[in-house]
Amino acid sequence: MTTSPRSTPRPSSRTPAANGAHGPAETPAATDWEYAPAPESLKVAIAPRYGHFIGGAFVDPAPARARSGAPAYFATINPATERTLSEIADGSPEDVDSAVRAARAALPRWAGLDPRNRAKYLFRLARRIQDRARELAVLETLDGGKPIKESRDVDVPLVAQHFFYHAGWADKLPYAFPGRAPRPVGVCGQIIPWNFPLLMAAWKLAPALACGNTCVLKPAETTSLSALRLAEILHEIDLPPGVVNIVTGAGATGAALVEHPGVDKVAFTGSTEVGKRIAKAIAGTPKRLTLELGGKSPNIIFEDASLDQAVEGIIQGIYFNQGHVCCAGSRLFVQEGIAAEVAAKLRIRLASLRVGDPMDKNTDLGAINSRAQLERISRYLAIGRDEGATLHVADRPGACTPADATSGFGRGFFCRPSFFTGVQPSHAISREEIFGPVLAVLTFRTPEEAILRANNSSYGLAAGVWTDKGSKILEIAKRLEAGVVWLNTYNRFDPASPFGGYKESGFGREGGLQGLRAYVTL
Amino acid sequence: MASPTVDRVMVEARAASFTKRSIKAASKLRALMLVLSMLDLTTLEGKDSEEKVRSLCRKARRPSEKFEDLPSMAAICVYPRLVATAKRELAGSTVRVASVATGFPSGQYPLDVRLDDTRRAVGEGADEIDMVISRGAFLAGRHGEVADEIRAFKHACGPAHLKVILETGELETLDNVRRASDLAIGAGADFIKTSTGKVQPAATMPVTLVMLEAIRDHALRTGRCVGMKPAGGIAAAKLAIQYLIMVKETLGPLESGGRWLTPEFFRFGASSLANDVLRQIAWVREGRYAARYDFSEA
Repeated sequence: MTTSPRSTPRPSSRTPAANGAHGPAETPAATDWEYAPAPESLKVAIAPRYGHFIGGAFVDPAPARARSGAPAYFATINPATERTLSEIADGSPEDVDSAVRAARAALPRWAGLDPRNRAKYLFRLARRIQDRARELAVLETLDGGKPIKESRDVDVPLVAQHFFYHAGWADKLPYAFPGRAPRPVGVCGQIIPWNFPLLMAAWKLAPALACGNTCVLKPAETTSLSALRLAEILHEIDLPPGVVNIVTGAGATGAALVEHPGVDKVAFTGSTEVGKRIAKAIAGTPKRLTLELGGKSPNIIFEDASLDQAVEGIIQGIYFNQGHVCCAGSRLFVQEGIAAEVAAKLRIRLASLRVGDPMDKNTDLGAINSRAQLERISRYLAIGRDEGATLHVADRPGACTPADATSGFGRGFFCRPSFFTGVQPSHAISREEIFGPVLAVLTFRTPEEAILRANNSSYGLAAGVWTDKGSKILEIAKRLEAGVVWLNTYNRFDPASPFGGYKESGFGREGGLQGLRAYVTL
Repeated sequence: MASPTVDRVMVEARAASFTKRSIKAASKLRALMLVLSMLDLTTLEGKDSEEKVRSLCRKARRPSEKFEDLPSMAAICVYPRLVATAKRELAGSTVRVASVATGFPSGQYPLDVRLDDTRRAVGEGADEIDMVISRGAFLAGRHGEVADEIRAFKHACGPAHLKVILETGELETLDNVRRASDLAIGAGADFIKTSTGKVQPAATMPVTLVMLEAIRDHALRTGRCVGMKPAGGIAAAKLAIQYLIMVKETLGPLESGGRWLTPEFFRFGASSLANDVLRQIAWVREGRYAARYDFSEA
């Protein structure tokens, strides 16, 4: 028995639960149980200013650039609050040059190292990433806007897995290429996007290092912080200076890296538009190239699919990471007979997605990465409506306007999950990559038509097929022009599985045995 | 109408996603109160005595001597022989008396014996009947027979509410769980329930999710709301809250919205969950965990 005063909130007395006046005989009051805010509490230290990581240490950007009048630093912001987090060095051609020189200087020793010792560095890196996982997840979410749930449960664990996996390959390369003598390619210039900043760094660095190459990595300008934290970890594990160099900056910095004559291999993940420019820039040079570009991936639902789970797959496919996923299932093809039912179930499921503060552990969709990206998404929402498709926005009844998706958030860049029905294959929203939480729903009548429509795209990165019938799965998967085909699942990643595209989605594979090929000379 | 197929991998992924929610502060306290109010405090043992049932009844009416503002539980759940005792003990309270019947837990008795079992329990004053389906008939493909039996039991129940136990641990596949759920709902069940507690695995989150989806689809099609009762294996308050999250996110967006998170449509069948809920309430209110002996056994 206690009589101590209670300061904590007590349940509201109007609820049936609290006054005991419930019972199947009476009509119970509706319950409005809501989740309280659950912010991730870890505070991470962020320096007011970051230089480049070159030759094993952080260095200031080259003074020549500052003298020419251009600012040597730019601000990186938290897209959920628009507040500046830190200042990042803007890489000049001089900075890129010293990074490439450092990589070149480090190459002979790194390439000549006993492969078992290279493996040890990668293992140590993977372990240290696991040790500092929470910190890396917080940083990724602060700088990029993705929900902490995803950076904590998807991004960072996959980063560690990727290094572990490639640590295993380092001393087994002769078995990957039987009868051949794999040698490193040399200095790799690697340019990565902002949607999975740390994971893309891992995809690039891990195979390159395992195969004995040295690297110059350029993270995207809106999301440099986690790569710079990775630089700290590289220093911490005593990776030999110059083996990995990180130069920050925007497009011009990337162009300087691509064009640098000391680079032997360029690897790029990003838009198809920039990928084409890179391909042109290095044409006629001895440089090797892999490109992982855009996509407009089809997700095909047959009427014999397990529907509730297929709806889950649609959600996973398009709203994961706010739709900032190159392999997002952004074109949904539903067999005509179940189209209405799928749309109804999708609407119900959308209502339980939580959009908001990326640091809240219950947030499903965080912030759009940048103002420019939010504007691009808004533009496509308007285009879709003008083309005659019907927009459905989570928690908004009836036909919606683009403003229903983007308004009412105050500070920060946010967009509610949405989908279009009544979309035709000729519509821009079903042909062009939006890179946001916007789904185009189309229909088909027969398997032949599904394949025809799915392949009718300039892209070919990924595809999803949903059916309970095994024979249909095998038949359709064979005929889809896509680098990855997911069957009764979507957006599943594993370091052992190669990833890459057909057509304008790029060439070369990352991950798995196949991913090693780009980083060895045979 | 044929039941939809169920894909196990994605159901498990979705069920796991509910365990990632973080429920804090006022929201947690509210959830704990809800769990308490949804409890069917259960004792189904061969060694049950009238004295044991009397102490359970007291616990159900007044879960704690320490905190006096707690809701009473939804029901107590006993064998038919102990219904009269429970009814006497609970007179004047909102706590209902549920009785297992129909040859619980196996259901392997002749139909007339099982019907008689049901009528007697209702005659003794049971407000709710927790019946078991004939898993043998179901697995042999005699679905019509199972449905006919449920209809017969529903008739025998009269005004008492009928909870249909599917014993999902014996049905094995999620396709079977969905089929049996649709069948029970179609035959007039007021509630569908996972398990007797006598078979492992008992209630799991993937199984409960599949059953909630059947309930949701029926509500969308007909407007009729059917209740859900996971039973067996839910001993921790944290797990119980994860079930509430699952209900909220699966049924909450329907027009019938908040009705689902009430004891009218959701129950937990459990014997040891209550004290863990009380311990959590003590923690939220007092900032420290209570000792096990701070709360009465039953």
